[in-house]
Amino acid sequence: MASPAIALHQVDKIYANGMVALQGLTLAVQPGEFVSLVGPSGCGKSTVLRLMAGLGDVSGGVIEGPAAGDRALAFVFQEAALMPWATVVENVHLPLKLQGKSLRASRSPIQAALNRVALQGFEQSYPRQLSGGMKMRVSIARALVTNPSLLLMDEPFGALDEMSRSRLNRDLLNLWEQYHWTVVFVTHNIYEAVYLSNRVLVMAAHPGRLVAEVAIDAPHPRDEAFRTSPLFNHYCREIAHHLAAGETATDMRTTTPPSPAVLP
Amino acid sequence: MTVKSPPPSLGTDVSRSEGAIAAPTQNRLRALWHPDVIAPIIVGVMALALWEGAVQLFNVPPYLLPGPILVWQTLLTEWPDLFRSLMVTLQITVVAFLLATVSGLLLAVLFTQSKWIERSFFPYAVILQTTPIVAIAPLIIIWFQDSTFVALVICAWIVAFFPIVSNTTLGLNSADHTLQNLFHLYGASRWQTLWHLRLPSAMPYFLGGLRISGGLALIGAVVAEFVAGTGGARSGIAYQILMSSYNLQIPRMFAALAMTTVLGVLIFVGLTWLSNRLLRHWHESAVRREN
Repeated sequence: MASPAIALHQVDKIYANGMVALQGLTLAVQPGEFVSLVGPSGCGKSTVLRLMAGLGDVSGGVIEGPAAGDRALAFVFQEAALMPWATVVENVHLPLKLQGKSLRASRSPIQAALNRVALQGFEQSYPRQLSGGMKMRVSIARALVTNPSLLLMDEPFGALDEMSRSRLNRDLLNLWEQYHWTVVFVTHNIYEAVYLSNRVLVMAAHPGRLVAEVAIDAPHPRDEAFRTSPLFNHYCREIAHHLAAGETATDMRTTTPPSPAVLP
Repeated sequence: MTVKSPPPSLGTDVSRSEGAIAAPTQNRLRALWHPDVIAPIIVGVMALALWEGAVQLFNVPPYLLPGPILVWQTLLTEWPDLFRSLMVTLQITVVAFLLATVSGLLLAVLFTQSKWIERSFFPYAVILQTTPIVAIAPLIIIWFQDSTFVALVICAWIVAFFPIVSNTTLGLNSADHTLQNLFHLYGASRWQTLWHLRLPSAMPYFLGGLRISGGLALIGAVVAEFVAGTGGARSGIAYQILMSSYNLQIPRMFAALAMTTVLGVLIFVGLTWLSNRLLRHWHESAVRREN
């Protein structure tokens, strides 16, 4: 097997206030793989993504992969995070502009990125003129414009309504089936994770850790029928089970009084 | 390279203000009838009428309180003198305001480049702002004896520059955190982040600072002129106000005062227009809405 697109070895993350966000996290994402991280809020799934992107330093362990500023890496945040003073085209141009490429020289990659997310005709619109779903499409186009080999997505559809979410899910999966980027996708939505992923990593909180790994063995292309299939339900149930087990373990840890021996 | 997804027209709400550009002259005429315009005009006319009525009814002598009609007549007869003086004051105001804009913007950028610079110098900007200009104006005028113009510009600048510094500093520090992360991810240099992210984010704050400072520059200029009490050919509007009050030409004083006020309002309106013009595409304060 080829070397992983990105890998974490025994990664710890402890914040300045002493909060242990991640403990001994080890995972590897293979090139071309779509991996989702699911878990309750506070389990550090977003922290994993931010560390992968080089936003913040690990407290222990090693991360192997492209570093921040690397053109191979793109990040999609939960908010669309568009520049309100810039048009759609100017927003999508941003990563290339920061590489020193003029708008004129970037026309074709920008147009290609906008076409991929079906935003033709909105080039000169301002973000405030767009709906939440369309803003997210612009955000994705901005991530795609550099042709990244690793796409990190932090609950990108979390703030959207169900209709927009399922449409963007379908579009994202279509794109992935065509281009086979490596995607690490953070979500708290089990259905979304199962529908999109090759592999779902289940996390638990306090401290953030991996509790299970579920390979979604369903063929591509996946269509709407897959979402209602028994196989889909089976995977959702399995992940829900792991999530519940992880939470019980967390409760055990936090509610059991520490033995006097470990107290200072 | 097409995607199997429905056209973007579905479920999108693109609101383009097409109505706003149709028949502009007609709209402008209608805008004059807008309550925002009509209501204050009615209040103003009523207040003037009440004032004139009271002055005539109680036979108030004009050296105590002239009626608005007398003030208007004085304004017309004294216009050449007063207008020349107003232009002198305007010149001081404009130069001080431009200096305040440039220095305020540069200082704010400097502040946000290093926490240490901000820590070290910001308190002095505050001190400069809180020092009463009336108290230090005589000193400044003595220091710059050779050129009263320079002294007056400095006084007006002291008053005008602080809102620009503090507002712009606030704006430069208010850039969206996620966007800052994004710039970092794409390896943006300090300069790129300043130019493409921080400065545009600070724009509404900067323009808000300008709107405050425009009026303050005028006030600063007038106050300094009062203190200077300067004579000679290049005397400003404050000199006219002072002289009129010494000579008990109270209607003339009112006329000069009214001109100063109108100038202040014009400066504010002009800067508001500029602000709306620059921000109309994206900032809440300037976006036209139909609901």
